Amino acid sequence: MFHDLFFSKTKTRVPKPGPITLSTRIRLARNLREFPFPGRAQAQQKKAVLSKCLGALEGVKSLKECTSVDLDELSELDRQILVEKHLISLELSQSDESSGVILSNDRSCSVMVNEEDHLRIQVISNGLNFQSAWQTADELDTGIESALDYAFDSDLGFLTACPTNLGTGMRASVMMHLPGLVLSKNMDKVINAVNHLGIAVRGLFGEGSDASGSIFQISNQQTLGESEPAIIDRLQTTLENIVHQEKMAREKLMEDDGLRLIDKISRAVGLLKSSHLIQSSEAMDHLSLIRLAADFKFLPEKFRALTDRMFIEVQPGHVQFAAGKPIEPGERDRLRAETLRKEFLRTPQLNLDAQVD
Amino acid sequence: MKCHHCESQATVHLTQIINGQMHKMDLCESCAQEKGVTNPDNLSIGSLLDQSDAKGIPGAASMTCESCGTTHQEFKKGGRLGCEACYHVFRPVLEPLLDGMHAGVKHLGKIPSRTVHQKSADEEIISLRNELKRAVEEENYEKAAELRDQLKKLQSKAQALG
Repeated sequence: MFHDLFFSKTKTRVPKPGPITLSTRIRLARNLREFPFPGRAQAQQKKAVLSKCLGALEGVKSLKECTSVDLDELSELDRQILVEKHLISLELSQSDESSGVILSNDRSCSVMVNEEDHLRIQVISNGLNFQSAWQTADELDTGIESALDYAFDSDLGFLTACPTNLGTGMRASVMMHLPGLVLSKNMDKVINAVNHLGIAVRGLFGEGSDASGSIFQISNQQTLGESEPAIIDRLQTTLENIVHQEKMAREKLMEDDGLRLIDKISRAVGLLKSSHLIQSSEAMDHLSLIRLAADFKFLPEKFRALTDRMFIEVQPGHVQFAAGKPIEPGERDRLRAETLRKEFLRTPQLNLDAQVD
Repeated sequence: MKCHHCESQATVHLTQIINGQMHKMDLCESCAQEKGVTNPDNLSIGSLLDQSDAKGIPGAASMTCESCGTTHQEFKKGGRLGCEACYHVFRPVLEPLLDGMHAGVKHLGKIPSRTVHQKSADEEIISLRNELKRAVEEENYEKAAELRDQLKKLQSKAQALG
């Protein structure tokens, strides 16, 4: 009954995901005064926080068209799908009671209640788009705050369960596809360099996830001592630099040993067309090469959107959702391969005369 | 998620890139420490707090938040505080860590509008009090009476805002 939750009800998301930056996200952590943080709260207190927050959210204009969901009412599989779609966090999906999420109908905003903090306000936008994401998150936050008292200290800013989120409580991040840096074995250098700038690099599903598919989530690590626009500015400069490095790495790969790269891409097409058993991480790595081929214009532009969709649909929860029931990993691998064969059956030969922009 | 080496809950998730290959490992806190895996964010609060113990902050070990019951030991282990009041209780051990953890130690970002209202009201009350004091000193009783009325109004408004 919740399955319409998973899909956007409106179709106006601009701009489109770019060749390198897939999406931008702003997350704000907030807590209510007078209630212990969720990790320390009694069941009764969490319940009170949930109802207070839901009440406050009802009055927020920009959330007029939204769906509110009690996590208790969702099956494990439903929760997993929301995580795979980046609509809720892994932590919220594992919470035991009195947790909820409010999703805007276009699925660009979500507000999690009783995650690590009482409120986690999240805004996702396609491409590299910090300005609009921050503006939306800021307005949403102001709207919520007009009905709630936040735990706030004039020196430490917004008080959060974990001191690493103090101050702005803001985590700004982008999802980047960096196959050039991975294939040229430069990714570890980039990670080291940006870590020194107070910027963190994680896998597709954030904390603790791996980086299959060469997709990385890059975000600010520090939240206190700088204003939100200053944090975003600094991050943006670094990200532009990473985009530049990725472009250079791609060019160099083609220049130095283009045939090897073309061979790799062609084999990926072959595997996606003809596998009968495939695990998600292997599928992700082949999909990454297809996306790269679309960026090089070896394949038509539409293959970028197809791979972005398949990145999500090859995830374990989505494979089971498509099957309509929870299934064992072995059977999942068979179904995943079947879907991929169908989607990539008509992949044309690589157009090797194409010119990169 | 289970630890790669034992059955405990994994809390440390390590992604390494070695020769362009991604390697992923999930470890519990104690196995991670045993293996010498440091938090890649360099922000393991537990280990930072160990340093603060070494610096000998008086009474750190026995600190407990009366409001929610969080102990120093729990904070050290989980890296999380329990409530707003914890930030007062644990301030002496927390403050030295913030510098290494963040870009600065003073909040420079958004201030919730309720706090802004509260703050400006507080400031206005203080300045009115000063003015009143001066008026009394100058024996300008007419002005003092006016200021006293303004102050009363503002104080009752501030109380209502709470």
